Amino acid sequence: MNLKSKDLLGLRDISAEEIQYILETAKTMKYIVTSNNKKTAHLQGKSIITLFYENSTRTRLSFELASKYMGASAANISASSSSVSKGETLIDTGNTINMMGSDVVIIRHPMSGAPHLLAKNIKASVINAGDGMNEHPTQALLDMFTILEKKGTIKGLKIAIIGDILHSRVARSNIWGLTKLGAEVSISGPATLIPRDIDKLGVKVYSTVQEAILDADVVMGLRIQLERQKKGLFPTIREYSRFFGIDDKRLKLAKEDALVLHPGPVNRGVELASSVIDGEQSFINEQVTNGVAIRMALLYLLTRRGTNNEVTN
Amino acid sequence: MKLLIKNGRIFDGKSATSRISDILIEDGIIVEIENEIESTGCEIIDAKEMYVLPGLVDAHCHLREPGFEYKEDIESGTRSAAKGGFTSIACMPNTNPVLDNEAMIMYIINKAKTDGIVNVYPIGAVTKGLKGEELSEIGEIKFAGAVALSDDGRPVNNSALMKKAMQYASMFDITIISHCEDLDLVDEGLMNEGYYSSILGLKGNPAPAEEVMIARDLILAEYTKATVHIAHVSTELGVDLIRNAKRRGVNVTAETCPHYFSLTEKACEGFNTNAKVNPPLRTQKDVEAIIEGLKDGTIDIISTDHAPHHIDEKNVEFKLAANGMVGFETAFPLAITYLVKPGHLTVEELVNKMCVNPSKMLGLNKGTIEIGKSADILIFDINEQYTVDTSTFESKSKNSPFDGFKLYGQPQYTIVNGNPIVREKVLL
Ligand SMILES: [Zn+2]
Ligand SMILES: [Zn+2]
Repeated sequence: MNLKSKDLLGLRDISAEEIQYILETAKTMKYIVTSNNKKTAHLQGKSIITLFYENSTRTRLSFELASKYMGASAANISASSSSVSKGETLIDTGNTINMMGSDVVIIRHPMSGAPHLLAKNIKASVINAGDGMNEHPTQALLDMFTILEKKGTIKGLKIAIIGDILHSRVARSNIWGLTKLGAEVSISGPATLIPRDIDKLGVKVYSTVQEAILDADVVMGLRIQLERQKKGLFPTIREYSRFFGIDDKRLKLAKEDALVLHPGPVNRGVELASSVIDGEQSFINEQVTNGVAIRMALLYLLTRRGTNNEVTN
Repeated sequence: MKLLIKNGRIFDGKSATSRISDILIEDGIIVEIENEIESTGCEIIDAKEMYVLPGLVDAHCHLREPGFEYKEDIESGTRSAAKGGFTSIACMPNTNPVLDNEAMIMYIINKAKTDGIVNVYPIGAVTKGLKGEELSEIGEIKFAGAVALSDDGRPVNNSALMKKAMQYASMFDITIISHCEDLDLVDEGLMNEGYYSSILGLKGNPAPAEEVMIARDLILAEYTKATVHIAHVSTELGVDLIRNAKRRGVNVTAETCPHYFSLTEKACEGFNTNAKVNPPLRTQKDVEAIIEGLKDGTIDIISTDHAPHHIDEKNVEFKLAANGMVGFETAFPLAITYLVKPGHLTVEELVNKMCVNPSKMLGLNKGTIEIGKSADILIFDINEQYTVDTSTFESKSKNSPFDGFKLYGQPQYTIVNGNPIVREKVLL
């Protein structure tokens, strides 16, 4: 099997079968990540560039390690040092990278749709490493991989996503991916942070966190950006944690063996109580390892399609 | 110079029904409308099986000159208008410098005389520099030849200033065209707030941002008894508010644009910046309400809001892309295809929306076919379908979401002051 598109822009655009195939491939990759010898030749001779217009040490490092474990040559461009500050457009930058013969461009951008624009204009494969409020597909894939590892399946699970759904690309990608694989997704958070008409995606929206968490197999917290408070989206951090934070008492409403996930970094005591973060049900650290495996799988699958720069979509 | 139009079905904008007739034009003036006109030594246009309408009048467009000639100028803009069947157009003042004083109004009028191929009427700014702080010299602007006032592109945010503008403008019997948008409610929204903004992760611009401001301007218009025209209405509640105000006797007219009855927010899928427009494309329910408003007379006018932008301003991230789409060359075909063909409006009603009413609102002596008036005429074949090809647009800009659409109603002839400047779909 091959991925249909040259790019991975989001989980909205790809099929359940493709998602399953990526998750399957990541199993092998996880074996490599956790073994003593982390050197393979999957990406030998491939050039991979991370193009980050927004800081994210974690995600960037995860992609870079994934590239290096598989023998690719990897380079990184960050917005501050790039030509962006000199007024170069995204398409200009993309073209330059393209002409230098890169096979994959991994882009993180503060504006929704930026990876789509880039993908349309360059030959290299584009991986979306987070665009605005739109999608963060590799994060969702690693969440799904973690769930699959612990639960054996995604189909039929109740998964609660709690917090700032409106601004969360992680939430959007998870909603697309999890519903495609047959999970029941429930969401809750301040009404000002719930996107309009999101229920049309087949998720259940609850006005209380308790209802959303009840009998859940997975409870996913989302990072809240503290500056949203200043924009009037919720009154205070205190009130947020009181009504929307996940503590031991609320977690007890979920199934006994429910997993706790969070894309990190967590605001301790805000989205999750410290006891929850460090508790037995938390797999937040495991998610980080799985992130490398997922990214290895994707890089492998995308570079394996056709010849180097073949455009097939 | 004589021109004879033979056997066309004429909707003259005055009579209740059409008639098949001939029209004789001499030196740019309509001199005879009769069943069989015999004439020698004149150019003849055979309009058999075709409709003959007054030339279209656009109450709202952006010609970008002066200041943004890389997007459009008066020459290219009027060529684009002519290609689309428009013979008279009113251009908005958000140029650089802004059309906020007598000299700038004169500049446009004079430049249009030399460069323009259709009639151009400037709209003056309500406030100096469109800053929303002080009234511009409304009296002078009016006497220099401005046909209306607007800060289009921006709302007059300060309600007290808007009230004063209405009071002052009504002294000079000039209409204020209001761009309704509550900027706090827009809050950097990029497309309609709803299902598609939610799944695309684009910040939403909620319908109330438009509706709150429409309500404010209707209230102020009722209070001041001024004449107000609401630009580019796009929402269901917006239509309702205007319907209600008209019942109350408020001096209000309203317009919508072709994209609000032919497209929904779904057009932004794939981060399509050509569908990024302000106000944003809305939902199917809004589209239906707009059509209903056109049918029951709540919406008087269809204008283009022709808003050309350079490719570099559109081929960027959605957030960075400029708002607006080119409108002249698809406006009439979209109206024919989406309003007349499905039976929402008759051709006669469309003549009212695109010729008679805009002409009245702007106080122009245009929009009808009458003996003694200058011959501004549009001829088209309602049964001929064509495919929109934006690369052939006369406008300097090609930012249209309608590329590839199959439409009816492409103008065959556009006649301005008796001169056929579009002949058999070809602009001379
Ligand atoms: Zn406007
Ligand atoms: Zn406008």
